[in-house]
Formats: sequence, structure tokens, C-alpha cells
Amino acid sequence: MRVAFRPVFSFTLLLTALALALHGAAAAAQRPAQDHPGQYSPIDIETGSRLYAGQCALCHGAAGDAVAGADLRRGVFRRSVSDEDLAKVITMGLPDAGMPGFKLQPSEIDGLIAFIRAGFDVGGTAVRVGHVGRGQALFEGKGGCTACHRVNGSGPRVAPDLSDIGAIRTPSALQRSLVDPTGAMLPINRPVRAVTKDGKTIRGRRLNEDTFTVQLIDDQERLVSLVKADLKEYELARTSPMPSVAGKLTADEQADLVAYLLSLKGTR
Amino acid sequence: MTKLTRYMVPLAIVLASLELHAQVTADRIRRSSSEPRNWLTYGGSYTSQRYSLLNQITPANVGRLESKWVLQNQVFGAWQATPLVVDGVMYVTQRPNDVLALDAKTGRVFWLYRYTPSPDARVCCGSNNRGVAILGDTLFMGTLDAHLVAIDAKTGRQLWNTTLADVKLAYSVTLAPLVVKDKVIVGVGGGEFGIRGFIAAFDAKTGKEAWRFYTIPGPGENGHDSWKGEAWKNGGGSVWVTGSFDPDLNLTYWGVGNPGPDWNPDQRPGDNLYTDSVVALDADTGALKWHFQFTPNDAYDYDSVQVPVLVDMNWRGPAAKLMLWANRNGFFYVLDRVTGRFLSGTPFVKVNWASHLDERGRPVQTPQPPGSPTWPGNQGGTNWYPPAYSPRTELFYFSVWENYASIYRKETVEYQPGRNFSGGGFTVLTPVPGAPGVGIGRRTPINNWTNEVGSGAVIAVDPRTGERKWKFDQFDVTDSGLLTTASDLLFTGGREGYFYALDARSGAMLWKASLGGQVVAAPITFEVDGRQYVSVISGHTLVTFGLRDAS
Repeated sequence: MRVAFRPVFSFTLLLTALALALHGAAAAAQRPAQDHPGQYSPIDIETGSRLYAGQCALCHGAAGDAVAGADLRRGVFRRSVSDEDLAKVITMGLPDAGMPGFKLQPSEIDGLIAFIRAGFDVGGTAVRVGHVGRGQALFEGKGGCTACHRVNGSGPRVAPDLSDIGAIRTPSALQRSLVDPTGAMLPINRPVRAVTKDGKTIRGRRLNEDTFTVQLIDDQERLVSLVKADLKEYELARTSPMPSVAGKLTADEQADLVAYLLSLKGTR
Repeated sequence: MTKLTRYMVPLAIVLASLELHAQVTADRIRRSSSEPRNWLTYGGSYTSQRYSLLNQITPANVGRLESKWVLQNQVFGAWQATPLVVDGVMYVTQRPNDVLALDAKTGRVFWLYRYTPSPDARVCCGSNNRGVAILGDTLFMGTLDAHLVAIDAKTGRQLWNTTLADVKLAYSVTLAPLVVKDKVIVGVGGGEFGIRGFIAAFDAKTGKEAWRFYTIPGPGENGHDSWKGEAWKNGGGSVWVTGSFDPDLNLTYWGVGNPGPDWNPDQRPGDNLYTDSVVALDADTGALKWHFQFTPNDAYDYDSVQVPVLVDMNWRGPAAKLMLWANRNGFFYVLDRVTGRFLSGTPFVKVNWASHLDERGRPVQTPQPPGSPTWPGNQGGTNWYPPAYSPRTELFYFSVWENYASIYRKETVEYQPGRNFSGGGFTVLTPVPGAPGVGIGRRTPINNWTNEVGSGAVIAVDPRTGERKWKFDQFDVTDSGLLTTASDLLFTGGREGYFYALDARSGAMLWKASLGGQVVAAPITFEVDGRQYVSVISGHTLVTFGLRDAS
């Protein structure tokens, strides 16, 4: 099953995106050059590691989970989603929760965020997490994501529903999905083409499979369960129908899209 | 058949039926295969062949199997227990340490015994319990907080409770105990927490300890020099699957788990005896008669916690007392169970951690570069899933994970009492390097384990050659045990929730039922009032099948 890359344009959203993009431009200009687009450098992570041990670990603990409601190493925060949110909490503090603000250089703040995003692993990967609102605009506009993906009850069901993707994926896994959709695809989600013995062709996305049967959602969004013994042909595509955003979205835009996806925690 | 045995066999059957409601004596357990209406030990008999002489259900009528009753478990998580059946009463455990006695014909419950393990109990892989043992009117169960309890089989009331080890050091018991003569033998879990493993025997009447064999030899003991420095103190060597017993040799055989830390062999140079070994112990004293190590200085968590299957057959000519062992490390072994001598070893799945076994059975290890896949992966080519052997087909049956590899990572870890001491980790090899992986356990009815990362199968191996006679493929991997019968049926399940009857000779599927929950134990068979039943646990239900009336 191949789905054409079909950007969806919306004038209002485009304006919103433009406004948000202008707003974010100043912050983006301060960031140091990236070795890998959309990721912090190993130097940032290293800097953050040292700062964390000296300034943060006293309250947050070595594992980052000593304060109720926050598990920094695993990316669980009380309110923050984006890197900007984290930067604000670090500099302003959370007076209600008894957390003071810290006077740090921008590079130090980047370092702390990088260390947190890397899961406290100095050898790890720290994906930048941009602005949720800008990311949503990209998702619904330039990114063309809503051509296939569904969020909170709107959009097609052709590709996996992303309503809770931020609760089940890390920032780095999300970024990988954007840049390398085939490589990041879970094998269970592979596109299926089946031909029944009576000649009917069924295309869809695999939901589940066992020795004798396969369950899928077809291109008409019907839930279909097939008995393999009734099939003449059964094929799985190894490549994802999703196009990569590499070369289409800038590093900042990717970071914004990651932020939006991370904010999708399902309806509560 | 000689004249004498022709006379003896019917006599034995008459004697057995006279004992119908008698106590389960040590002698009855020793001869348990001659009373196939019952399932008296974890492995069905001391040989652990899981082979039953019952033959009412046959390849011809197996299509008439229907569900007779269902027992619902209200406790969630994998249900790995093997029930016992004693003269029409079934005894089965459920998480964490409950025992139920029920009518084996109707599934109606007589009593429920509840044991609440200490909140300090720590287990790596779920609050599992694999069953009880029986002697006389008494049941025996190991607990998650490393106690052994004796329970009145008629009332479900506790008779005694013995502490085996310190729960704060993460000792636990998940296996079904083995009763030999007047003793109850158990081993301890905790191989991911830096324990020093042991097997111990307790007086069935009093719970008093009779002997203890440490699976990690201490200073001055044989094998201690296979460790350097202090590493032996937290060397692991858990024992979490029930052993077997040869009454003629008076030897009891146990598979020993991985060394600790699991994935960092650099922290424990040496062979690390008796981890990843089988040990043969004198049943009266616990003295070590022999050992055979499958995986010296293991870096892959290849616990040798498989069930030792004891088989008498001709080996290259003369009659021999053998032990068959499909190991987590991907090799199938035949050992002489009198001496522990290695007779043969053949890979049964793809193996790249060793190039081959030498003439004494020692692997020639070929560690893969960091970041490269190792076959078989962490869960092994097979694992603790009980295999079966049929003396009729002379085939050995077990569940395997095919084309499955892990990428291992080792880290230095400092021992802290009762804390995880695994020294690294692993990921399942994915079709595209670095892609999001699948977990090794099944937590939902959705199969995340496609054939791109490995698949399950039941294989039948000819012990004489180590070659596969046939294979029964499954799409998902399988943790199911096996049961075979004198009518050449082979029963098994898998993670997909199907329950199968296969032709033990050809592997052909004769019948299946969709039970909807993973089968992570072995089926059993028994007879009540002249009718044969087969019980299997799938998900949270224990289902008992029998033949539909022909009318």
C-alpha cells in the first residue's frame, strides 16, 4: 500500500505557523551549531552532566526521580514539554513547588536540557524538543502528517493513530521515525497486500498476526481478519509508506514536530 | 515380554487400584508412571519425560475433544504452574503463592490456601510459582520470599513453614519442589540479584534442613578455583526449575542458572562453576557425584535451568542410562547420567557464540564484537519450558525460538544487597539496525513479535543423531511445555493462545483450540472414573478437555 504524500494547506494554520516561527527565531539564533540536525552535541550533554551533579542532584537525586511527579531521566515532567519550557523552569524556578531559579549561561541551560534529553547518558543521544504550537502547525500544515495520521478523533486511520504517541515514544525514537520512517517502523505495522482464493485483493496495515490468521485495517478503514488458509497471496511491504522529513523540514522544524508529538499523551 | 513380566504387569495394576485412596507414599511416587491416572510430580515422573501411558485419547478421536471445565485465575500475569492430580483431586498454584485443591472432574474448588509473601520479596521476572509437590497427605510449596511451607492436602491448612534464606538478599523460590523418599528438595531463585545459589533438602515431617549444596563452591571446596577473588560470593547459580531423580543410582539432577552479574563476565573471570551446569547429587546427603558445565564464563544469561530428562536407550550399541538436554545456549546434549560423561552435542538453532563443542563437550567460544548480534538471543534457543520424550517414538520434543538474536551490552556493576546485579543488558535484534525493538515478554493480546525478529516452533529431535525429525512452526515465539502420550499424541501451546494436539511421529496438527491466552506451562493428562482428561493453562484460565460422548 502506497499513500501519496499530500500536503494539506490551511491558510489560518499557515499564518499561525508563520507567527510562531517569527517568535521562535530569536531563540533559535542563540543555539550553537549542531553536529547532527535536531540533536544536542556530546559537549552539551557532558556540560549538563557536570552541572546536574553540582546543582540539581541534591533535590532531584542522582537518578532524577527524587521529586514527586518528575522523573527527569525518563522525560517525565510535571508541566514542561518543550526545551523552552524546561529552560523557563530552570531559570525562573517553580516557587509553588519550592524550586528556586538558577542563574546560568544559555550554553549551560542547553547543557542541562541536553543531559536530561539524553536520559542522563553522557554517551547518549539528546534530541532537541522545540515548540508544541509550531509543531502542531507543521503537523497539520507543511508537514502533511494529517494526510494519513489521526489525532484525538480527527484525521484518517490509514497510518497509526498518534493520539498517545508522546506517552509511548521517546524524543529520539520520534525523531528517528520522522527522518527514517522505514528504519523506525515496528514490523507489526507493515503494509499488507492479500489476495483471497476467490480473487479479492485486500490492502491495509497489519494490526496483529498469528500462525493461522492476520488482522488488519484496510484502505477503506475496515477492520478485517483473514484466515491465511483462505488466501492465495499474502505479501508484506518492507518499506514504510511514510516519506522522510529529511530535506523537507529544517532541524528547528523537526524539533517543533517532535515537541508536538511528545505533547500527545492521549485523552484523559 | 517374559513370562514373569507378563504376570507382573497385571498384578501391578491390581495393586495400584487398591491404593486408589491411599496416601501418596514415596514408593508410589517412584513408580508413578505405572499409575498414569495420576500426575504425581512436576515432570509426571522422576524421569521428567512428561510421557503418559494413557491412550484413550488417540489421533483418531482427538477431534472430539471438548472443554469440560474451566478454572479462572483472578491474579494477572503469566501462569506457569504444572498442576498435580492425585486420585481425582487436582492441586494447582496461582500467583503469588496460593494453592487450590479442586475436583479434577468438575473443576469445583475444595479449598484455597493463601500465603502472603513478605513485601521485601524480589524476583526478576514475575511472581511465578510452578507448582507443589506431595508426600503422604502433605503438599509442599516454595514461596517468593524463600520459605518452604507444608500444607495439609485435605484441609489446606499450613503444617510448617521453614525459612530457606534471607529475603532481603532477594532469595526466592519459584520452582515446584521435588520429593525424594522422606525429603523435600528445593532450589532458590535470585540469579539477577547476586545471590549464592543452593539446592537444599528438608525433612518432610518437620521441615528441618537435611542437607544443602551450594551451587557456587566456597573456599576449600572443589571447583572454587573456577572463581577469582570475591566474585563467588555473589556468583548467582540460581535453581528455579525442578530436577529429576534416578532411584537406582540414588542421584538427583538439577539444572543451575546463570552466573552473576549476568552480562559482564569480565567481573568474574574463570569458568564460574557450577553455573550453567547440571549437577548430580546424592539424594540422601546432597554430596556432588558429578557435574557437567554447558556454558563456562557465560556472557549471555544462558541459564541451564532446563528439566533434566532421563532416558534409558541403546547408545551406539549397548543399553545406556542417558540424560537428554536441549540447552538455552542452543546446543542439544546427550550425557551419560551415571558418570556425567559428554556423549554428543549438536546445535538445534543458529549459534554463533561458540563455533562448536570439543570432544569433552566444552564450547569453543567465539564472542561477537560489541554491538553485533549473538545467536541465540537472551531467552535462548529454548528455556525452562518442560520438554517431553516418548519411549515409543524415541523422539525428544521441545519448544524453540528460531532466528532470534540479541545485542548484548556489558557494564560494571557494584554488588548491593538485594539490588539488581545484572551488569548490562540486551536488545532484540531488529530487521533494521537500531530500530525500535520488541520486548521479550508478551503483555497484551497483540503480537509484537513478528517472524522478522524470530519465531517459535516445536521440534522433534532424534537423540541418536541430534537431528530434527520434524518441526511444527508458529508465527509468534513460544514458551510452552510439552506432553506426550502412549497413543503418540503430542500436546503443546504457545503465546498465541492456541492449544494443539500434534501427531508425535510426524508433527502434523491433528486438532487445535483457540483459548485466547498464552500457554507458558506444559499440559498434563490424567484419568478420573475411567475417562482421560488433558489440562492446559492458557492466560488466566485452566481448561480441562475430555472426549465428547460419541452419541
